[in-house]
Amino acid sequence: MWEYTDKVKDHFFNPRNVGEVEDPDGVGEVGSLACGDALRLTFKLDKNGRIAEAKFKTFGCASAIATSSVLTELIKGKTLEEAMKVTNKEIAEYLGGLPEQKMHCSVMGREALEAAVANYRGGGQVKHEIDGNLVCTCFGVTDKEIERVIRENDLTTVEQVTNYCKAGGGCGGCRGEIEKIIERIQGERVKEQMLPPPRKGGKLTTIQKIQLIQQTINEQVRPALRAHGGNVELIDVEGDKVIIAFRGMCAQCKVSEFTMTDVVQAKLREFVAPDLYVEEDADTTGEPHEHKA
Amino acid sequence: MQVIYFDNNATTRVADEVYEEMQPYFRQLYGNPSSMHTFGGQVGIKIREARARVAGLLGCDPSEIIFTSCGTESDSTAIHGTLAAMPHKRKVITTRVEHPAVLSVCRDLESHGFTVVELGVDKLGRLDLDELEHQLNNDTALVTIMSANNETGVIFPIEQIAEMVTGRGIAFHTDAVQVVGKVPLHLSKSPINLLSLSGHKLHAPKGVGVLYVKKGTRIAPFLLGGHQEGGRRAGTENVPGIVGLGRACESAAQNMADENTRVKRLRDRLEKALLKGCPDSRINGDSESRLPNTTNISFEFVEGEAILLLLDRHGICASSGSACSSGSLEPSHVLRAMGVPFTAAHGSIRFSLSRYNTQEEVDFTIQKMPEIIYRLRELSPFVQNTVRV
Ligand code: FES
Repeated sequence: MWEYTDKVKDHFFNPRNVGEVEDPDGVGEVGSLACGDALRLTFKLDKNGRIAEAKFKTFGCASAIATSSVLTELIKGKTLEEAMKVTNKEIAEYLGGLPEQKMHCSVMGREALEAAVANYRGGGQVKHEIDGNLVCTCFGVTDKEIERVIRENDLTTVEQVTNYCKAGGGCGGCRGEIEKIIERIQGERVKEQMLPPPRKGGKLTTIQKIQLIQQTINEQVRPALRAHGGNVELIDVEGDKVIIAFRGMCAQCKVSEFTMTDVVQAKLREFVAPDLYVEEDADTTGEPHEHKA
Repeated sequence: MQVIYFDNNATTRVADEVYEEMQPYFRQLYGNPSSMHTFGGQVGIKIREARARVAGLLGCDPSEIIFTSCGTESDSTAIHGTLAAMPHKRKVITTRVEHPAVLSVCRDLESHGFTVVELGVDKLGRLDLDELEHQLNNDTALVTIMSANNETGVIFPIEQIAEMVTGRGIAFHTDAVQVVGKVPLHLSKSPINLLSLSGHKLHAPKGVGVLYVKKGTRIAPFLLGGHQEGGRRAGTENVPGIVGLGRACESAAQNMADENTRVKRLRDRLEKALLKGCPDSRINGDSESRLPNTTNISFEFVEGEAILLLLDRHGICASSGSACSSGSLEPSHVLRAMGVPFTAAHGSIRFSLSRYNTQEEVDFTIQKMPEIIYRLRELSPFVQNTVRV
């Protein structure tokens, strides 16, 4: 069971400002049913441009509800400029802290506020627009958002990023990408911690090569395939030829302009040896290819 | 506050008679059964008795019982032990709805070069036996399929599966931790090669399990060391646990009828009333073939952890397949495999009863639940007008 502070419990059991402001000046919606949490924030300004009323509706766990409740309390009486300065950290601190794995709830609160303010400034037009490039397709998180949680909370590991914005917590296919973003922002600080497993200089023995191929397939390829009901299997290695077979999905299914075989080959060249080439096993390609939705 | 415990698929209360019987083996009869002196030797006799009692419940020979430390160890031993005994075969078949004790092991095998096939299930959580048949080949070392699902209670036609698999000369293992004590077993008449059970799911203490290994089944030992358990599982025996499990198996045999009548009626009463009292709710899993004590209900548009915490305030213990309550970010792999929509998976609650539950407890829960769901739906942005029934 999660260890929630008394503050979190209080705001969960007795949430403040539940509902929707009538005739709101700003409306912000973030999250979705699929993601497991979602928040709809509405507010109304008084004649001095301060938030007179703020209400929320939240689908989610106890900490999602508690952070929403606190958010509405925190922004009341503030001007929009002041309100926009509220960080996810502040929300979490106000609650006496949140379990690490629940930090994304506080980030969701801050995002809803931004969406609501953007909606107000856009004259009720702007929905929350996607800003940046999508990195995590499982949870719809962009590089911009990832960069932001890293900066604001001084994060140094992929696990932390997952805790703060969910990216990387599904199929795991985007973890490499997240790692690169962390490296870019935190630079030297994290380089040492994330050193790849030591690789022997010079030539690999056949056994080492096969192990490395297996490892690369496990870590770099399989997670993304699994997320879509597929799988990949290493059949054999003959010299530089790597023979693989795809399962449960069409090998011809294209990921952008590449076939899956190309993707595997690129990964193996990057992580194992540049002269490798990949072929699909002729014996098993005849097996039924199911397209799973 | 009174505790209403509806989480018996997670763990159960140790039965009084089990607890009593274990007592002497902590402070008085603490000898090591492997010792040469009478003091230790008498403990060995008690273990033999426990082994016979377990065999009694499973309908097998006592020599086919290996005591382990938990269901997870039994599963690992069955899988690794079988593969080690058959190094020339590289394929393992399992299902997408297995307990992690099996699924994680299989996925790990995959990264060691084994071919692992995970069979899917339909909307009601049922397996497609034709697909299984189609997957069996000469390279297949092992098929491991649970007897009943811990989350939904759906029972698989395990005897039929075992026939099909062993008929092809392939070893068959089943994780039966949820069915032992609820469904009668006659393993000596069954083709099942390997079966795992866990003590704490049937009113014995935690820390003791069993792996049944049918005579003639090839399996390599998993824990090496002393000669305990006929050399098949080294390590000094958990004597009080084993004694307790023996007693629990005897009680389970006596209470099996009760589980399938009175407990089942309580479950049905709870389920029916909740479905009626809470609009937009649905059962997950095949109610035609299901454990008598389990119900898994989805309450749409609300989140499971929030439901659990509100139930907890009334002392009611249940569990959820929602992402948040599992500590991961995605809802239960079982419900996802069944294609339960996200709207419903996040709001799924499992109630699992035992012979210690009463009708008062069920009625109290029936009374509290609609309020809880109503309250959370009022908070939910996905619900426009909440209907109070
Ligand atoms: S793409 Fe990020 S976890 Fe799947």
